[in-house]
Amino acid sequence: MHTKTILTTAALALGLSITAASAGTLEDVKAKGYLDCGVTEGVAGFSIPDANNEWSGIEVDYCRAMAAAIFNDADAVHYTALNTGERFLALSSGKIDVLSRTTTWTMSRDTTLGIDFTGVMFYDGQGFMVRKDLGVSSVKDLAGANVCVQAGTTTELNMADYFSANAIEYTPVVFAGRPEVIAAFEGGRCDAYTTDASGLAADRTRFANPGDYVILPEIISKEPLGPSVRQGDDNWFNISRWVYFAILEAEELGVTSANVDEMLSSENPSIKRLLGVEGDFGTPLGLDKDWAYNIIKLIGNYAEMFDANVGPDTAMGLERGVNALWTKGGIQYAPPIR
Amino acid sequence: MNTQDLAYVRTKFEPARPAPMSNLGLVVWLRRHLFATVGDTVLTLLGIAFLVWALPNLYNFLIGDAVFAAENGDACRAANVGACWAYVWARLDFFLYGFFPADPYWKEQAGLFAEFMAQWRVNLVFFIGLALVVPLLWPSAPFKVVNAALFFIVYPVVVFYLLAGGAFGLEKVPTEKWGGLTITLIIGLVGIVTSLPLGILLALGRQSRLPAIKYLSTGFIELWRAVPLITVLFMASVMLPLFMPSGVTIDKLLSALVGIALFNSAYMAEVVRGGLQALPRGQYEAASSLGLNYWKSMFFIILPQALKHVIPGIVNTFIALFKDTSLVSIIGIFDLLKTVQSSTADLDWTAPTQAITGYIFAAAVFWIFCFSMSRYSIFMENRLHTGHKR
Repeated sequence: MHTKTILTTAALALGLSITAASAGTLEDVKAKGYLDCGVTEGVAGFSIPDANNEWSGIEVDYCRAMAAAIFNDADAVHYTALNTGERFLALSSGKIDVLSRTTTWTMSRDTTLGIDFTGVMFYDGQGFMVRKDLGVSSVKDLAGANVCVQAGTTTELNMADYFSANAIEYTPVVFAGRPEVIAAFEGGRCDAYTTDASGLAADRTRFANPGDYVILPEIISKEPLGPSVRQGDDNWFNISRWVYFAILEAEELGVTSANVDEMLSSENPSIKRLLGVEGDFGTPLGLDKDWAYNIIKLIGNYAEMFDANVGPDTAMGLERGVNALWTKGGIQYAPPIR
Repeated sequence: MNTQDLAYVRTKFEPARPAPMSNLGLVVWLRRHLFATVGDTVLTLLGIAFLVWALPNLYNFLIGDAVFAAENGDACRAANVGACWAYVWARLDFFLYGFFPADPYWKEQAGLFAEFMAQWRVNLVFFIGLALVVPLLWPSAPFKVVNAALFFIVYPVVVFYLLAGGAFGLEKVPTEKWGGLTITLIIGLVGIVTSLPLGILLALGRQSRLPAIKYLSTGFIELWRAVPLITVLFMASVMLPLFMPSGVTIDKLLSALVGIALFNSAYMAEVVRGGLQALPRGQYEAASSLGLNYWKSMFFIILPQALKHVIPGIVNTFIALFKDTSLVSIIGIFDLLKTVQSSTADLDWTAPTQAITGYIFAAAVFWIFCFSMSRYSIFMENRLHTGHKR
């Protein structure tokens, strides 16, 4: 009889699942019918189980956008929660197809781990938070301050670099765990508290009176957080990268999930190309002609993702800042679709 | 000699007199148990002082200042608020069912019944399990054989189809979506049910006179006892995929189940071996002299006595296993503890006491299950004790 059928049945009985191994990632994903996406174990605004017990967050929306581009179904995603130690191994071993998990794009990760970063969903960086009644409006005013920081982090080193470069006197107050740092800051043990800016925003909501604290404008380190894919599959890399560019392009052109159907009849050639009205940019990727239309229709553009998950109206309350488009003073920039 | 010759013979019992005053009453009890010596007095006073200090604080945190009902985290963020039970209540379905998709029809309906029906597949699993386990553990309940067959053979199949779906018109649900208390109970039950028989076989194997069986069993036990459970889980979830041909993946839950079952069977084997060694040699010889073969003598003579001796050890291993299930959270399986942990980052409910309330809830659930197991083991010990107990 069919040996392969028998083998597959036996493998299924053992809980193994076999997919066509030799084809590219896109073919594998299409064959199994869903995208395997690696996310955090719960970071507010980025990837976290929401009140409906479903994954939500800006990084989750990115995976949904990829599924929308491939399947025209944003829900065709299986999520795997990964801790920091496991994440790269999960990607390189093929357990997940895309890693979208608050991962900082660094050179050593890009060149030695067998993975490729495809974009920057969120430009994060280290910031400072102080009590409002301190009357401080810039890190430069923090001379002589006690600063609460978590031990053994790049945060601690970045701060030392920055303060010595600017010749500012300060006293670091170091704790082993993040909860202790927050408690010490709230208890008045230090004047300022430093960690990644998105983390500061999340931690601020934990305080009894979040309005009593301000986050200072200076960002003293680069933490570009972006999705990554396995190295060696150029087509999959292109899909991942252009899904990211498409949501940026959509924002730049003013195409949103609400008006995307009207925009189909737009006279703007850039919009026509983006939505697949003119030209076919999907087929070279192995996708449909209307791949970007599906993303925008089902999820929205970058601004919509940002505002829904981490923007000023959410509990995270982050301003766009450097994450604004290049046309609005930020550094989010997509090459043209043409 | 007859009774008339005796000067005085009591013909009925003297009524019992009350104990002397110096042995009666609250004051005497207190003096004897709490204030017998200076040392006792000091310890008692310290204990009372601790309770006076701790109990009101505990009461205020858990009940007095606690927030029981709220729409969102605002009420819990107010100053000097205790436990935020409203958050546990709001996320309770996540703690119980994880990502398990709700029934599309009942999800839209309002009311407690609709909320119950929204997860009818998992709830049915809970209720069938309860309906089978209780009579199985109740010594005087009838139809033990049928009951056991239903629980050990039919029930797992029913559970699989109810949860995984994909047949009988049920929506397919991958194991990544199972979570919460559901997965804690699945891992705990599968671990308990498989590790005991495996452990017994390994213990018998280790005592076997056949060298192959003996050394294989010993090697297996020593290998699994010598590695930490976290390592086993990490190997199963992270390293194993690297050794597999590309494109072949193993279900994460299945690998965790196998890992936990094998790991605990090694511990169980040593507990059972302790019971086997406690039996006097005469029991083995008596069984042989009755003409029983190896398996009959084991099942009718040796094991019933040996296992009875080690009930505390067996239940100890069960309880440890049940608590160890929370380790699966490190490989990304959302068990009860993991659901609580990840929901503490939920900004809708963020508050100073959010995390601690969640952990108290998780601890209470674990305590209920472990304490029940411990009480049941004491009940069984008393029921089975046939005079060997001191």
